Amino acid sequence: MMDNIELIFPEIFISLSIMFLLILGVFKKNSSKIIHNISLLVLLITAVITFNETISVNPTVIFNKSIVIDYLASFMKIITLIAAFVVLLISSNYLRTFKIFKIEYPILILSSVLGMMIMISSNDLIVFYMGLELQSLALYVLATFDRDQLKSSEAGLKYFVLSALSSGLLLYGCSLIYGFTGSTNFSVISTQFNANEYALTFGIVFILVGLAFKISAVPFHMWAPDVYEGSPTSVTLFFTMVPKIAALTVFIRFLYIPFLNLIDQWQMILIFLSIASMLFGAIAAIGQKNLKRLIAYSSISHIGYALAGLATGSNEGIQSSVIYMTIYIIMNLGFFSCLLMMKRNNVYYEQIDDLSGLSKNHPLLSISLLIILFSLAGIPPLAGFFAKFYIFKSVIEQSMYFLAIVGLLSTVVAAFYYLRIIKIMYFDEEKESYDNDQSVWLKFSLTVSTILILMYFIFPSELIDAVSKINII
Amino acid sequence: MNFPILSSLILLPSIGALFLFFTRSKSENKITVKYVALFTSLVNFFLSIYLWFLFDQTTSAFQFVEDRIWIEGLINYKVGVDGISILFIILTTFITPLCIISVNNSITKRLNEFLIAILIMETFMIGVFCSLDLVVFYLFFEAGLIPMFLIIGIWGGTRRVYSAFKFFLFTLLGSVLMLVAIISIYWITGTTDVVQLYELGIDTKYQNLLWLAFFSSFAVKTPMWPVHTWLPDAHVEAPTAGSVLLAAILLKMAGYGFIRFSLGLFPSASEVFTPLIYTLSVIAIIFTSLIALMQEDMKKLIAYSSVAHMGFVTLGIFTIQQQGIEGSIIQMISHGLVSAALFLCVGVVYDRMHSRLITTYGGIVTIIPKYAVLFMVFTLAALGLPGTSGFVGEFLILMAAFKDNFLVAVLASLGVIIGAAYMLWLYKRVIFGKLINSELKKMIDLNKSEAFTLTCLAIPTLYFGFYPEPLINTIEVSISDLINTYNYSVASK
Repeated sequence: MMDNIELIFPEIFISLSIMFLLILGVFKKNSSKIIHNISLLVLLITAVITFNETISVNPTVIFNKSIVIDYLASFMKIITLIAAFVVLLISSNYLRTFKIFKIEYPILILSSVLGMMIMISSNDLIVFYMGLELQSLALYVLATFDRDQLKSSEAGLKYFVLSALSSGLLLYGCSLIYGFTGSTNFSVISTQFNANEYALTFGIVFILVGLAFKISAVPFHMWAPDVYEGSPTSVTLFFTMVPKIAALTVFIRFLYIPFLNLIDQWQMILIFLSIASMLFGAIAAIGQKNLKRLIAYSSISHIGYALAGLATGSNEGIQSSVIYMTIYIIMNLGFFSCLLMMKRNNVYYEQIDDLSGLSKNHPLLSISLLIILFSLAGIPPLAGFFAKFYIFKSVIEQSMYFLAIVGLLSTVVAAFYYLRIIKIMYFDEEKESYDNDQSVWLKFSLTVSTILILMYFIFPSELIDAVSKINII
Repeated sequence: MNFPILSSLILLPSIGALFLFFTRSKSENKITVKYVALFTSLVNFFLSIYLWFLFDQTTSAFQFVEDRIWIEGLINYKVGVDGISILFIILTTFITPLCIISVNNSITKRLNEFLIAILIMETFMIGVFCSLDLVVFYLFFEAGLIPMFLIIGIWGGTRRVYSAFKFFLFTLLGSVLMLVAIISIYWITGTTDVVQLYELGIDTKYQNLLWLAFFSSFAVKTPMWPVHTWLPDAHVEAPTAGSVLLAAILLKMAGYGFIRFSLGLFPSASEVFTPLIYTLSVIAIIFTSLIALMQEDMKKLIAYSSVAHMGFVTLGIFTIQQQGIEGSIIQMISHGLVSAALFLCVGVVYDRMHSRLITTYGGIVTIIPKYAVLFMVFTLAALGLPGTSGFVGEFLILMAAFKDNFLVAVLASLGVIIGAAYMLWLYKRVIFGKLINSELKKMIDLNKSEAFTLTCLAIPTLYFGFYPEPLINTIEVSISDLINTYNYSVASK
């Protein structure tokens, strides 16, 4: 039982830290700053441990095959941890402005990260569900974190109700699968199922619906724009990136380990989700006036591309999806760093019109945003282009031309609204300038993400090499 | 040759741009900034002349090839030139410094950024003409959208936003299908290396669809009728230097792409679709010439004439004969020089009067005589008068067209007549006639830098008009080799 326990040392470490920080927060007055810093440290240390202990380990299943430690898990965990680290790093000023710089914030982030790490490693429906609920519960609270704001409470409530519904669907799917295969374990299911059983397909569909909700793929996206808009910006940043990594990993594991043979059943669903997300995300974003709503629709459309990679049913497809998510996270970090810089006299601005003429007052900020937006639109030679390139390479390899063409055409639609932001920044008249006293970390994350996006084309092989070790099939 | 001359050509303008980026753009160092940009682009120009000097005209093989692994097992960074591409590189490096000289008065704000955009643009344009890998080509081809979008959008005229969006979205829409085709080629043949693809050939059954996908991109960029509508808008709203780059070089990317990729990679599909190209070219020549007759805005008139001239180019390319393709390349070079000059000419009077309407002008021949003379040279070159480079190209194209299809050639010749009509009428209305608008009396003749740029463009226009031999020698072998390969693969089908 206790063999290989060191492989889940990162999870153990993070859970102990959460407990310790909770106790510290209760007994020490005004400890939010310390806890914030310690949490940063914890995330960093966990990332290092994960890197050292598990990234080179051969695929291992432990605890009655319910937890799997392989390259995919370690890679995704490290991305999750780093993304959470950066979110925490750049959000302190924002939280202080809104007077929500409290001990609960970092602790909730840590707990949701713990939930995601469990999800990422899960090889069992029950373990997966536990991880999912842990992260969701933390996220409900995070969404309402600015509880004096009506919008924030509304966001949290909306997220809670809809998410609970999707969890219900998911559980129903799990029970169907358990009923028709006699096991909740992915490895066991793969050997036991009878492909002719329609109920099994129903089970898969229910689980896919639940997961699609978590990554806000169309048609289960309705919550995303409202929740993204209402939540505090730093939480929105967290929402747009981190939970999606975990959910996408579960997507990969759930579809490719037990049900690879049923690819005919789920491939159409994924293609539909992918096309609907890409198109809807691109078209619906055009009318938006709020940057956070806009980025919600943009993230819906980006998830569509990641799903297109998964729909291929090949290792290349999985790898391209992982690359896509990695690059998407870098772009998103850059974008939100800009958003968090739009502050004037302790008020944060988040309408698109507030960017008007930004290029005159803040040339460096606007050139970074320009690069990020062109990259989000997928224009070469920026990183976003390569992300899409890998996706379409793997999609076309499977001769899925329709998906590729629809995807590329929706990039043209999507280009329109990114260009509109650029237009407002560069072509319109300037407004009052924003404060220049940004925290060092905010500047740092913006600079690093911009440089990574801009310079990606010089070293494209590094990321591919790292991802090419992911072999699920 | 170990010195990576092509990569230097590609990178040098970007390094200049990086240098400018770190220069604070204050009003006192405006001149310095401009000299830095000018210096960079001139170095690039001399480097490209040196390249032409080293270039071996007797072989059709790619020269100065650099081949580096970029993404292991997927894309190689491969560049090289042959007779077809080298002239376009020289055209690019020749036009860019002239553009930079011309930004005297027209660009009043953010000069620094403007020069950066132009230099980055130069990098991408040279990259397009050098690249020998489809993905690298696509990368440069698409990347050019970013600086051009900004050039039109930031420094453009009143309807700049509309034009910039139209330019960007039209071109992007055309190009995405090309990306699908490029990836498909990768999966069909296992490589995107152009040289290898020339040797391997692509299975005939895939060629038609792939050809159409490439065509969708090049047709928008050329631009061919009916997807030409972005061009007049983009030209009219872009600042002078932007229009010059757009007309002189950006449009040539598509013509170059037709020769290099459509003919080279998909010979049998090219044969199938020749009637389509003929039809669209003839419509472009006649229809847009007629539209040009009716224009009241000088820039718009020249923009429509560009569409007509590019119609000749596509017509010439798809005659798939030695003279036709030679004529097309010379026509492209000539159009690069002449349209650049014409846009500069419009820019000169626009800087003084702030109007592009033809009716504003009239009778200015006595007020600005030097301008009138140079404008005349380019007007005549645009309508293809013998002795100008415009004639050589059109003549060769028509000759090849007559051999291939009499009707098409007759219709295209009709376009030449209409072309003469609108250009001469433009000249008459702007330069001659009665001086009605008394404001015009205050106009000053060309200043030194304007005279210099226009003369620089006039010299090659006339020189290659009388003696096109250097151009033809450079491209001859590559084209005859291309045609041989083409005939061989069509025959062996």
